Amino acid sequence: MNNVFVYCEIEGTIVAEVSQELLTKGRKLANKLGVQLEAVVAGTGITDKVQQQIIPYGVDKLYIFDAEGLFPYTSKPHTSILVNIFKEEKPQICLMGATVIGRDLGPRVSSSLKSGLTADCTQLEIGEHDDKKLGKHYDNLLYQIRPAFGGNIVATIVNPEHRPQMATVREGVMKKEILDANYNGETIIADVAKYVPETDYVVKVIDRHVEKAKNNLKGSPIIIAGGYGMGSKQGFDMLYKLAKELHGEVGASRAAVDAGFCDHDMQIGQTGVTVRPKVYIACGISGQIQHIAGMKESGIIISVNADPNAPINTIADYVINGPVEVVIPKMIKYYKENSK
Amino acid sequence: MSLKIVVLAKQVPDTRNVGKDAMTPEGTVNRAALPAIFNPEDLNALEQALRLKDQNPGSTVGILTMGPPRAAEIIREGLYRGADTGWLLTDRLFAGADTLATSYAISTAIKKIGDCDVIIGGRQAIDGDTAQVGPQVAEKLGLSQITYAEEILSCENGKIVVRRHIDGGVETVEAQLPIVITVNGSAAPCRPRNVKNVMKYKRAMVPMEMEPMGENLPYKDIYAKKLYLTLNQWSVADVNGDPQQCGLSGSPTKVKAVQNIVFQAKESKTLTSSDADVDDLMKELLANKIIG
Repeated sequence: MNNVFVYCEIEGTIVAEVSQELLTKGRKLANKLGVQLEAVVAGTGITDKVQQQIIPYGVDKLYIFDAEGLFPYTSKPHTSILVNIFKEEKPQICLMGATVIGRDLGPRVSSSLKSGLTADCTQLEIGEHDDKKLGKHYDNLLYQIRPAFGGNIVATIVNPEHRPQMATVREGVMKKEILDANYNGETIIADVAKYVPETDYVVKVIDRHVEKAKNNLKGSPIIIAGGYGMGSKQGFDMLYKLAKELHGEVGASRAAVDAGFCDHDMQIGQTGVTVRPKVYIACGISGQIQHIAGMKESGIIISVNADPNAPINTIADYVINGPVEVVIPKMIKYYKENSK
Repeated sequence: MSLKIVVLAKQVPDTRNVGKDAMTPEGTVNRAALPAIFNPEDLNALEQALRLKDQNPGSTVGILTMGPPRAAEIIREGLYRGADTGWLLTDRLFAGADTLATSYAISTAIKKIGDCDVIIGGRQAIDGDTAQVGPQVAEKLGLSQITYAEEILSCENGKIVVRRHIDGGVETVEAQLPIVITVNGSAAPCRPRNVKNVMKYKRAMVPMEMEPMGENLPYKDIYAKKLYLTLNQWSVADVNGDPQQCGLSGSPTKVKAVQNIVFQAKESKTLTSSDADVDDLMKELLANKIIG
């Protein structure tokens, strides 16, 4: 009762990265509240394959739903699982990934339970709240903090009266960290038929292709990102060269993607990938809020820009005032001559 | 088989092209400075709906929207592009709704419309980016859903096959009608306005748009003859809604605080593009094992 729940998303028998990040965050929230962390996972043929991927994050209780028809994911059976288990367990918080699955499932669960859900949170904190109109004070609410209005403002949302307080978070926003490889958590193998009526299995997945991501932006310690200032698709070539030398990955701002300079899956920012590399070299990127939201946690930020007033310069550790086509080749040259 | 199709659409401020005056000095959104547009992914949804209508003679497409009287613009835009009818949910009791209260209102309207086969909308609206209303409506109506749809591949004998976007790939799913579908921005763009439809519907209005004009309403006599020019306008009472579940009182989420984004400025080192400066920086990065 009153615990923190994380819905763990899977691909086959592999627990999604975002779920591991949320387990880490969930553990911290549970500690702060002095409650337990519980997790739910549903799939086919997953019993004995997922515990080791979940419990080490500090999960006290893991519910496994293992049955035909639970993988690939479809909306209704997973909704029934969460709705029914939440009716029994009455968690105070539920977190899930702001993925295609989480954004399909979360709203259904919240609609059924008449509970509040905040999408795409970038920060989660515990705090108090005063409702001045009702003259009521609330302790230990979940602050669900998210950008709104196209990333122009940040809103803090609370659900004072309804439980669970639900939030989705995008991959890469939280950090994953194993608490204890031998954490002593309990596993419960649930009786699926008790939770999911047969009539829920109505949508059939008849074909499915999942490709491995073409780039490794999320995992790369070095990212070279290009913006509209790169001028063209050809302009990006020097970034690929630099990335090759430094063993980094190339990313882009939305303006560069919209202009057709590079692929959509290279977009970094609020509507793209969130990254936190050791070093981020922003080339010809002015630094719209929505871009900065996706990279501000980077270790060292270097901005190469001919415009000394580019907004990104204010959050950069190093600003190189100068044209990218002059600076980048110099970087490549120096690195070639001096590395190793 | 003829289908009754309802398109869920929303009029939104255009947050994609935000100018300097979009935010007030106090850090709130200056809605007046942002043009109001047809939510982009709702247009993708409208196209899928119109294709279904093209392939299934006798089908109808209606636009369902919620907002102030001005949001009737969305219905007209839909009619210009090939929709047959529309409904505007408008009532002060609907104001301040979060996604849950919105989905409650929409679901009551869909029940009132009755016998819908396909309820289709954009994946998300650009003013909130939540993607919640579609699935929440589906749950309230007890219907299945297909989110992130890219194309309806077929719809025959009560069975619909849809290709949808998933993380890192695509999936094709089959489901039974009735169903709720949300359409991704990667789906086909919407067809343009049809000139004949523009001529036919340009004077279409909801009563709340006509009332302020009173006797000065242009061509006021045609509304008695051409009933399709008076668009449906529904209040909470019209859809038998429970006021407690509408608007602010039906919204479990409360906005505690809103902040304008100000990123903490760092102390940065400013360099030039000279050989010496670039070399020094690279040397420092190498020495600190940040690169290499």
